[in-house]
Amino acid sequence: MNFIDNPGKLHVFEKNAFEKNIKIEKVSRRSILKGLGITGGFVLAAPVMSRQAFAYETGAGKMPHGVVVDPRVFVAVGPDGIVTILAHRSEMGTGVRTSLPLIVAEEMEADWSRVKVKQAHGDEVKFGNQDTDGSRSTRHYLIPMRQIGAAARTMLEQAAAKRWGVPATEVKAVNHEVVHSASGRKLGFGELAADAAKESMPSIEGLKLKNPKDFRYLGKGQVGIVDLHDITTGKALYGADVRLPGMKYAVIARPPVTGGTLVSFDPDAALKIPGVEKVMKVQGWPWPSKFQPLGGVAVIARNTGAAIKGRDALKLTWDDGANGKYDSVAYRKDLEEAARKPGLVVRAEGDADAALKTADKVVVGEYYLPHLAHVSMEPPVAVADVKGDKAEIWAPVQSPGGTREDVAKTLGIPEGNVTVNVTLLGGGFGRKSKCDFALEAALLSKELGAPVKVQWTREDDVHHDFLHTVSVERIEAGLDKSGKVIAWRHRSVAPTIASTFAAGAKHAAPFELGMGLVDMPFEIANISCENPEAAAFTRIGWFRSVSNIPRAFAVQSMVGEIAAATGRDQKETLLALIGSPRIVKPAVKDMWNYGEPQDSYPIDTARLRKVVELVAEKGEWGRQVPKGHGLGIAVHRSFVSYIATIVEVAVDDKGKLTVPRVDTAIDCGTYVNPERIASQIEGAAIMGLSIAKYGEISFKDGKVQQKNFDDFQVVRIDESPAVTNVYIVPPGPDTPPSGVGEPGVPPFAPALMNAIFAATGKRIRSLPLGKQLEA
Amino acid sequence: MIKVKINGQEQSWDGDPDLPLLWFLRDEAGLTGTKYGCGQALCGSCTVIVDKEAVRSCITSINDVAGREVTTIEGLHPNGDHPVQKAWRQVNVPQCGFCQAGQIMQAAALLMDNPKPSHDQIREAMSGNICRCGCYQRIENAVHLASTGV
Repeated sequence: MNFIDNPGKLHVFEKNAFEKNIKIEKVSRRSILKGLGITGGFVLAAPVMSRQAFAYETGAGKMPHGVVVDPRVFVAVGPDGIVTILAHRSEMGTGVRTSLPLIVAEEMEADWSRVKVKQAHGDEVKFGNQDTDGSRSTRHYLIPMRQIGAAARTMLEQAAAKRWGVPATEVKAVNHEVVHSASGRKLGFGELAADAAKESMPSIEGLKLKNPKDFRYLGKGQVGIVDLHDITTGKALYGADVRLPGMKYAVIARPPVTGGTLVSFDPDAALKIPGVEKVMKVQGWPWPSKFQPLGGVAVIARNTGAAIKGRDALKLTWDDGANGKYDSVAYRKDLEEAARKPGLVVRAEGDADAALKTADKVVVGEYYLPHLAHVSMEPPVAVADVKGDKAEIWAPVQSPGGTREDVAKTLGIPEGNVTVNVTLLGGGFGRKSKCDFALEAALLSKELGAPVKVQWTREDDVHHDFLHTVSVERIEAGLDKSGKVIAWRHRSVAPTIASTFAAGAKHAAPFELGMGLVDMPFEIANISCENPEAAAFTRIGWFRSVSNIPRAFAVQSMVGEIAAATGRDQKETLLALIGSPRIVKPAVKDMWNYGEPQDSYPIDTARLRKVVELVAEKGEWGRQVPKGHGLGIAVHRSFVSYIATIVEVAVDDKGKLTVPRVDTAIDCGTYVNPERIASQIEGAAIMGLSIAKYGEISFKDGKVQQKNFDDFQVVRIDESPAVTNVYIVPPGPDTPPSGVGEPGVPPFAPALMNAIFAATGKRIRSLPLGKQLEA
Repeated sequence: MIKVKINGQEQSWDGDPDLPLLWFLRDEAGLTGTKYGCGQALCGSCTVIVDKEAVRSCITSINDVAGREVTTIEGLHPNGDHPVQKAWRQVNVPQCGFCQAGQIMQAAALLMDNPKPSHDQIREAMSGNICRCGCYQRIENAVHLASTGV
């Protein structure tokens, strides 16, 4: 398995004076733990970049373990000229395993056809932060990866200049070789590798980066993903595909209710199943316990099929514990009641109460969005091999550094004794930021004394997910006589992700408030945002786009409702609410801005307006559509990107819905691979449509009511939009890169509902759509 | 003893005859290109070709394919250059890629049966294969491309 090879073997760059460029700074651990009483230690982090050299700063340095800018860590040049570049972020479909190495290759003048990409194992001291989440990889690593490439190029150039006895200023790296144009001499990267390794590491500040007009790869979108051939031939290695000699296969019966415990089990029938070798208990942790396993009973077998059959034969008795009464119907009523009463004020400008009382008209919308499951195509799976006080893990994890930490803590061994090998992820969407499945494998391997693969079935995945929250979003908009919105009250009630980390957390964490609530950019004089409390009765976690999904749904549906109430065009209503082109000052102290500094990543309504206008132009807003069709529009800023979507919907006389066309405009600043941006946005339309049409996980007696893709449906190809067009706003000079993986999802559902309203006059406020149009 | 030909090679199994073909392929024969996604024939990730028909290996027992010929993604073409595979690469279809082997096998079976499917026929034939990343537009285009010459 080549992905576990230590790339250090190929290193030709030697350790040298770069250490002096590394400063020691204190950083907080995973940001979610901030304020929850868990603190981190001292770690090494390299400086990100100097402010003189680049026009912007990012929050990269504040991530756990910061950024490492060092070609000796990330780049190796073999004597055969093969350049190996390390991918230290996890590939779950965004294309990051291609994009980040491509940046290095661009800047070092490597020929992409002679580049190999290797996956880094989990080691954040060595590689810097590896959390692949928050749509952060390109925005945090565009400049560091360019610096790494430029440093490698400089070292190769210096080596060639020395060989020829000419000043370094006379030589230049061009397409995998260094040339001295005055004499016509050339040396390939492979021929220079050994000498370049002896060169001292150039200072980051002094590096000369390429002029973007000379880019061969960046911004072009002409390069296929690195795993394309392997994926199309079945060779690509996902977590589920790891096989070790002597490996056992395990599936686990977990408590049906979150926080439940095992009372008794009878393994006899399971042990009679051919291929079943052992039945054993798995340690569980009391809820909430971050990412620790739920516990239960594992069936160990010679193959997964036998393990599943064995588990079916187990006789199990559970104590459902404190969450055994969780019921989605009753819970929804509780959330609605909370949303109709004043709650914790999290943003206040002017006097919304007074303005609502004196308003000529008040438009009220109460929106409901149920829990969602991630259902990545590859259910959670992990392989562990624990021998004595050493553990090796192979797993599809978004956070290999966090996994390493948690495996070490769970087994009570030093972190340095844990190796986490990152496979490809068969989808992640936030589910695989939680390493519970790797911890289960580690615990079982330790007890068995053999390598073991823990495979979650789809039913396990649906029943025991860290679910997207469930929420009621209530908005009251007060209009004056002219139809202008003068007051805005938004109450957002939803169990918080913080409840997975700390018992009793009932209010949104700052990062949740900053996802479409307190950062709402409309130019309105009187605003009140409130967050009434909501208790959690199951595991809540990050789901692609997170709180932006309910917030954008409510806010952008309300724009459609205001347009309808005033008899105005949706797009014009939207632009009027956005107001003048301006930088919106943070409405609350320390407002969450996706971890980014306000200076580089302010809320810029000119950019918000621009994506609305661009999608309206390209998507032919206002075009005549056939009877039964309707157009809807929505815009949302999230992950510091700006995205607007137009959906055309067709609803037939039986209430059956089709989507003939989707148009989306995205402003994600400076970008690397427009082809992958398009694929992310195309996919976001599908996920948005799945959420809108089908997305619902419900509870009765504390248990998830859905099982598999038959009752937790997702959109299939025959109901997917006939065409999805993507328009990318060309970046201005030095516009910082922003997120792509997540921001495409939030505007889709409200654009669809605005379109359905245009087509049918029916306003859908409760997701999923289900059969509401058939009534 | 159950005998089955997989990608042209004779394989045998003397364990549980009810073992789903999927787990035989993945765990016993080491052919991990065929994926587990649901276990209930709902998602198509486990699609293989038996004789000339696309089947879901998660609900097909090893006994069901005794004496028959099974083709998995690894055996679709010796160099991975089946027209569907080539079209997939040309369109840069995958995101995470996990469902793609099943998608490709389903598309290959479709083209054996109907070499020039319409867009509606492509959508219908591929509707048993879920892609959570949402690569459907590209899947449709790639199948169309494969049918018209890559």
